[in-house]
Amino acid sequence: MLCGLLFSGCKKKDSAGNPDEIVIGEFASLTGATASFGQSAHKGVRMAVDEANANGGVLGKKLRLVTEDDQSKAGEAATVVRRMISREKPVAIIGEVASSRSLEAAPICQQNKIPMISPASTNPKVTQTGDYIFRVCFIDPFQGAVLAKFMLQRGWKNAAILTDVKQDYAVGLTDFFKDYFTKNGGTIVSEQSYSSGDKDFKAQLTSIRSTNPEAILVAGYYNEAGLIASQARELDIKVPLLGGDGWDSPSLVEVAGDAMEGNFFSNHFSAEDKSPAVQDFLAKYKAKYLESPDAMSALAYDATMLLFDAMKRSGTTDSAALRDAIASTSGFPAVTGNITLDANRNASKSAVILQIQNGKFRFVETVAP
Amino acid sequence: MKKHIAHLALAAGLAASVALYAIAPQLDDYAVNILVLAGINIILAVSLNLVNGHTGQFSLGHAGFMAAGAYTSSIITLSLAPVLASAPAWQAQAAFFAALLAGGVFASFCGFLVGVPSLRLRGDYLAIVTLGFGEIIRVVIQNTDALGGARGLEGIPPYTNLLWTFGIATVAIYVVASLVNSTYGRGFISVRDDEIAAEAMGINTTKYKVVAFVIGAFFAGLAGGLYAHFISYIAPEGFNFLKSVDVVVMVILGGMGSTPGVAAAAVLLTLMNELLRDFEQYRMIVFALLLIVLMIVRPQGLLGNFQRRKRKASQP
Amino acid sequence: MDWANLTQQLINGLSLGAIYALIALGYTMVYGVLRFINFAHGDVFMIGAFAGLYVHRWLKPFFQWMPEFLSALLVLLLSMCLCAALGILIEKLAYKPLRQRSRLTVLITAIGVSLLLSYGAQLLFGAAPKGFPQLIKNETHDLPGAVSITTEQIVVLVVTLLLLVSLRFIVQKTRMGLAMRALSNNPTAASLMGVNTDAVISFTFGLGSALAAAAGIFFAMLYQAIDPFMGILPGIKAFVAAVLGGVGNIAGAALGGILIGLVETLVVGYSKNIGIPPGFRDAVAFVILILILMFKPAGLLGKSEREKV
Repeated sequence: MLCGLLFSGCKKKDSAGNPDEIVIGEFASLTGATASFGQSAHKGVRMAVDEANANGGVLGKKLRLVTEDDQSKAGEAATVVRRMISREKPVAIIGEVASSRSLEAAPICQQNKIPMISPASTNPKVTQTGDYIFRVCFIDPFQGAVLAKFMLQRGWKNAAILTDVKQDYAVGLTDFFKDYFTKNGGTIVSEQSYSSGDKDFKAQLTSIRSTNPEAILVAGYYNEAGLIASQARELDIKVPLLGGDGWDSPSLVEVAGDAMEGNFFSNHFSAEDKSPAVQDFLAKYKAKYLESPDAMSALAYDATMLLFDAMKRSGTTDSAALRDAIASTSGFPAVTGNITLDANRNASKSAVILQIQNGKFRFVETVAP
Repeated sequence: MKKHIAHLALAAGLAASVALYAIAPQLDDYAVNILVLAGINIILAVSLNLVNGHTGQFSLGHAGFMAAGAYTSSIITLSLAPVLASAPAWQAQAAFFAALLAGGVFASFCGFLVGVPSLRLRGDYLAIVTLGFGEIIRVVIQNTDALGGARGLEGIPPYTNLLWTFGIATVAIYVVASLVNSTYGRGFISVRDDEIAAEAMGINTTKYKVVAFVIGAFFAGLAGGLYAHFISYIAPEGFNFLKSVDVVVMVILGGMGSTPGVAAAAVLLTLMNELLRDFEQYRMIVFALLLIVLMIVRPQGLLGNFQRRKRKASQP
Repeated sequence: MDWANLTQQLINGLSLGAIYALIALGYTMVYGVLRFINFAHGDVFMIGAFAGLYVHRWLKPFFQWMPEFLSALLVLLLSMCLCAALGILIEKLAYKPLRQRSRLTVLITAIGVSLLLSYGAQLLFGAAPKGFPQLIKNETHDLPGAVSITTEQIVVLVVTLLLLVSLRFIVQKTRMGLAMRALSNNPTAASLMGVNTDAVISFTFGLGSALAAAAGIFFAMLYQAIDPFMGILPGIKAFVAAVLGGVGNIAGAALGGILIGLVETLVVGYSKNIGIPPGFRDAVAFVILILILMFKPAGLLGKSEREKV
């Protein structure tokens, strides 16, 4: 009986569904450990779709968003993306924030020739999967270099590194940071690591303290970064901590409180940016969700808008034509900076450095590629 | 007589695998996805059942063996990838099979390592030691750059198909079932039912425990290899303690010691995972409650009535 | 040798070890009276931390009228009571019907309870880690020789010591303690001598769970963030601590906990010197477990027991 249930709905269908609508797929971690990223991204995508529909849709058709939750779990992304592609026939797919889950879905999208745009997976390998895989964020090598550049500019030549070895993103960030930093006159005085989910970093920090660094790179996500900051202050470590876009979450300050003050991190955009694109996005987002957007929602919004732009330019949703249109995106005015996709389907764009001041993320400077 | 049935079942299972493979092009990707996952889960559950159900040991480290197999086979196919890309399909498939076997062998070596300390441990202690071993395997992979570390391995060629999956699942069922039903295999059950009495009867309980671990780990390694070559991307996080628990749940709900029950539970739970996708947050809570209630009212498992066996009350 | 660094690592390791010790006591006491590993104990520890968070949230309006140590004490005691009740409830509902069943059945039930608690907590509190409020004003105190200790670390160490002393008093000097020891020595003889087995088992679960709750709150105090799956690893490590000290032996559990905390911290802190990546931290406890089971299965302070036929 169950087999019947399985097969009845699963026969290959050739019908393209409702001809008056265009289906956009999205997969995100709406539940589980990184639910906050997934939910932010989903809000960005939702807003872009609603906005386009309010303006009469794209190519004269209404857009329908199909969202699947991958539960922040390994293996689930592949399953839900296959399900979406088989059942809903989306013309393109937006997702995911986490590189590991984008890497699961990318081969499937590539095989089915469905363009996939990742809003925030910074691991270089994601787009190397094939010519249907794109991203709208900068990649780890660039972010690592940005942080190294910023430290050297401030005259911090002795850096310690604390890396989350459980996260591909953090390990990548550290590698590229080290590379740029040491080649340009910096010295790594101490290299320590931890695993996501750890709560106790005092051992690592005590070792770091004994090497007297001028700044510490904390490559990892906000959960642990907050704990690391407060434990560092408890151990009387007063030098600034720096991190990447994984720090971007209100929980960062919530967990660490005062200990986070004065630290820096690189990010995709700043809500303090006075450019009209950012301010316009902020106003619309606040009106819709009654809260401030973070970088994930901005990037997801950009990814979706970039997709619509490509559809309009190609005039069709045919996969090859759409792929070519996305690939030829140049100078697309996005919230997170103008996006030009390079030959490797990565976005070449600038990063911003933010500093935590009075519990807020203050804009410090923009670093160009 | 029984042997004939077993051979017949083997033939039927292999035929069914071929049939599934043949109709695969008619199915959409999602259906194939579910079927492959179901097949992999059957292999995992049936092999864990040999250790946990038939032999009465309690392993919580099955995901670790799965990881060992997944990484070994993936490293092999990835390093052969440049050669295989231009080779004929049958050569690629043969290389894949060899890689799977290598993964299984390495996993069974890990199983041997776990089996040895288990000789002096009983039930609950063993559960924690196997859990520890599983975690150690994960931690080692995570800290080994050659295995991709935390970043995982990507770009693994997608060789897994329904034929491989259900072919291996059938073989796993056949091997475990005929092993346990053989004269030799009665030893497993004697170890479970009363280790001391078994020892007194001249049964080498040590050997049986190690053999159970080695065979169980071998098939878990194959399942890991199939998984890796299906998803194309593996990372150590995917093989954590909770993955082991998933398999344990299949074995317990299916009925420990009942191969058909456990295989059915593996399929049922895979399907439930899909059907109850929207209730994901409640799924594990329901399973947990089911485990507790089941142990109180029906310790032989939900589907354990295929092979009802008299169980004696254990020693105080 | 950098003595300041070493001393600092020892202080950090000691406060972590104190937490493991408190959890390990629960494992050991339950094993003493029932001869099984309460797999769900680590999750009681997690619930203890969440209880602390919510008790603090509910009582916050009243805290302005009392000194800080009193409000912190109130949060601690109430959470301990809540968890004691939870522990007793778990035993009554899940374990008691299985008293005469095989170890495996009880172990599976315990895994079920563990999953129920962690996934239930995920449903109630969400999967994302939550910040834990500062119960006492945390200051860093400089000790001689570039070493520092925080107020929270001092509190954890002192309160743990107090709890250990009172536990010893309960077990050695009270009637209930006597009954516990009798039951652990020989259950049949104890019940023949008129020991109320059910009451003693309930009491043991309550006591162990209360200690786990204290550990949960200390853990949350020191490391500020709590999540529904935080109990798994500390729980297992504390179990290792109990085995290291000799399961069933109360002093052994405390000693084992402190040792595991110290070894773990030192391995991470000196990873460069000994050539073990800090990522192997979580493997340390398991390696210790496997070694101890192979070479001295009775543990450091335990006496070996032969299985009777």
